[in-house]
Amino acid sequence: MIEVQHLHKTFRVARRDAGFAQACRSLFRREYEEIRALDDISFTIQEGEMVGYIGPNGAGKSSTIKVLSGILVPDSGTCIINGRVPWKERVRHVKEIGVVFGQRTQLWWDVPVIDSFELLRDIYEIPEEIYRENREELTELLNLAELLRTPARQLSLGQRMRCEIAASLLHSPKILFLDEPTIGLDAVSKLAVRDFIRKQNEKHGTTVILTTHDMQDIEALTDRIILIGKGKILLDGSLTDIPGAEENLDLAVANLYHQYGI
Amino acid sequence: MGYLRLYKKYLKIQLQSMMQYKSSLLLNTIGQFLVSFNVFLGIYFMMQRFHRIDGFSYEEVLLCFAVILLEFSLAECFARGFDTFSSVISNSEFDRILVRPRNEIFQVLANKIELTRVGRMLQAVVLFIYGISRSNVIWTKWRVLTVIFMIIGGTAVFSGLFLIYASLCFFTIEGLEFMNVLTDGAREYGRYPISIYGKRVLQFCTFVVPYSLIQYYPLCFLLDKNSKTWYPLLPLAACLFLLPCYGLWRLGVRHYKSVGS
Repeated sequence: MIEVQHLHKTFRVARRDAGFAQACRSLFRREYEEIRALDDISFTIQEGEMVGYIGPNGAGKSSTIKVLSGILVPDSGTCIINGRVPWKERVRHVKEIGVVFGQRTQLWWDVPVIDSFELLRDIYEIPEEIYRENREELTELLNLAELLRTPARQLSLGQRMRCEIAASLLHSPKILFLDEPTIGLDAVSKLAVRDFIRKQNEKHGTTVILTTHDMQDIEALTDRIILIGKGKILLDGSLTDIPGAEENLDLAVANLYHQYGI
Repeated sequence: MGYLRLYKKYLKIQLQSMMQYKSSLLLNTIGQFLVSFNVFLGIYFMMQRFHRIDGFSYEEVLLCFAVILLEFSLAECFARGFDTFSSVISNSEFDRILVRPRNEIFQVLANKIELTRVGRMLQAVVLFIYGISRSNVIWTKWRVLTVIFMIIGGTAVFSGLFLIYASLCFFTIEGLEFMNVLTDGAREYGRYPISIYGKRVLQFCTFVVPYSLIQYYPLCFLLDKNSKTWYPLLPLAACLFLLPCYGLWRLGVRHYKSVGS
C-alpha cells in the first residue's frame, strides 16, 4: 500500500535574460525562481491497483515517481510504502519495486541483454530458480527470445522497451513504476506493452503506477487517474469524471488542462 | 551475494563491453603496452629530479615518493568512479543507481573500474620495489607493518579526497578543478617529506588533510629519525579521514536533485 501525505518539494532554478552581458551579470547577482514541483500532494493507492498519473510536461509527475522510488527526498510530508519510508530505508524499499524510465535505459549498453539480466539477478540477489522462472515467463509474454542475445544498443526502441520492462520485473516487485513507457513506440509495440502490463497486474497483482501523455494508455489500462498540474493534485477519480471523456478523450483532457489553467 | 563477488561481475561486464569494440580494444592494448614500456623511461627521468634535502638522503626521498605514488595509483584505480562522478550526475545515471538495492558508493565504484590505470600502477609498483631495495632501512617486523599501514592509510586518504570531490558534485558540477590541488598536488608535493615545507604546512597536513600521517611520521619511524614508538599506528588513524568524507557524501545524497524528466 502506498500512502502519501502533504508532500512538498521546491527546486531553485537560476534565471537570466538572454545575451552575454546578462550572463556576466549573473556571475555576480543571480536571480532564482522557486519552482514548486510538488505542492501538498496526498493520495493513497491500494495493493493491486493500476493508477494513471497524468498532467502536462513539468507538472510534477516525474518528481512524484522519484520521491516514491526513493531517489528524491521531499522537503516535507510523509510517504509510506509497504510500511517503509523510501528514502530512509532505500535498499529494502527498492528490492520491492521495479522502475522503468521510458527515456533512459537500465540495460548495460554494449553487452547482450541476457548479460544485463544476469547482472541484475546478482544485484537483486534473486534465487536462481525464481530468476529462471521469471525470465522464461517474461521472455514468452514479451516475445524476447530473439532479442536476448543482441547488445542493447542495437535494439530498436520498441524492442528495447520490452527488454526494459522485463528487466524491471525480474525480481518480482510488488510495485511497478512506469514513467512514460510507451513514449516513441509504434502502434504494435504500444499494444504489446499495454497488453503485457494488464496481464502482469491480473496475474501477479502487481501495483502499477503509470505516467503518460498517451490517453489511450490510460483508457486501456487504468480505472483510476490522478491529474496533477503545477505540483497540485487537481483530480483523483476515474475517467468518467472527466467531462466529455466518452466522445474524445484527448480533447476532454486538453479542455481540463485549460480549465485549470495549467 | 557478497560485494566482492558482485564487484567481479561488474568487472566482467565491463570487460565484455570493451570486447564489443574490436579495434578499440586492439588500440587500447597497444596503448597499454606503450604505457608500460614508458614506465621505465619515466622512472629514469624521475630519478634525476630528486635531491637530498633537509636531512633526508636521495634514497630516502625516493622511498617516500614511491610510497605516495603507489597509494595514489591504488586509490585512482579503484576509486576512479568518483573522479568521473559529475557525468553520472549530469546524465542522471545516479537515479538508476538509487533504485538498485545496493550501496550507492559501491555501485559508483563498480560501474567504473579504470583498467587503463593499470599502467600507472605498474609504474608505482616498480618504483616502490626499487625504492625499498635502495633505501637504507633496517627492516624489523614493525617497519614492515609500517609500510603496509602506510599503503592502507594512504589509499584511504586519497580515496577520501576523491569522495569529497564526488560529493561536491551534488551541489555544483562545475569549477571543481580546485580539488586537484589536494589530490594531484598532494602527489606532487608528497614526493618530499612534508616537514621541508615548514611547520604550518606540516600542521595543516596533520590535522586538516592528514597527509603527514601517511607520509612524514611513519617515514620518520622507518628511517629512525626522532621517532616515537606509536608513529607506525598513525597511518591507520588517517583512515578516520574517511568518516567526514562519508558524512559529506550522505549530505550530498540527501541534497540530490536529479535532472529533467
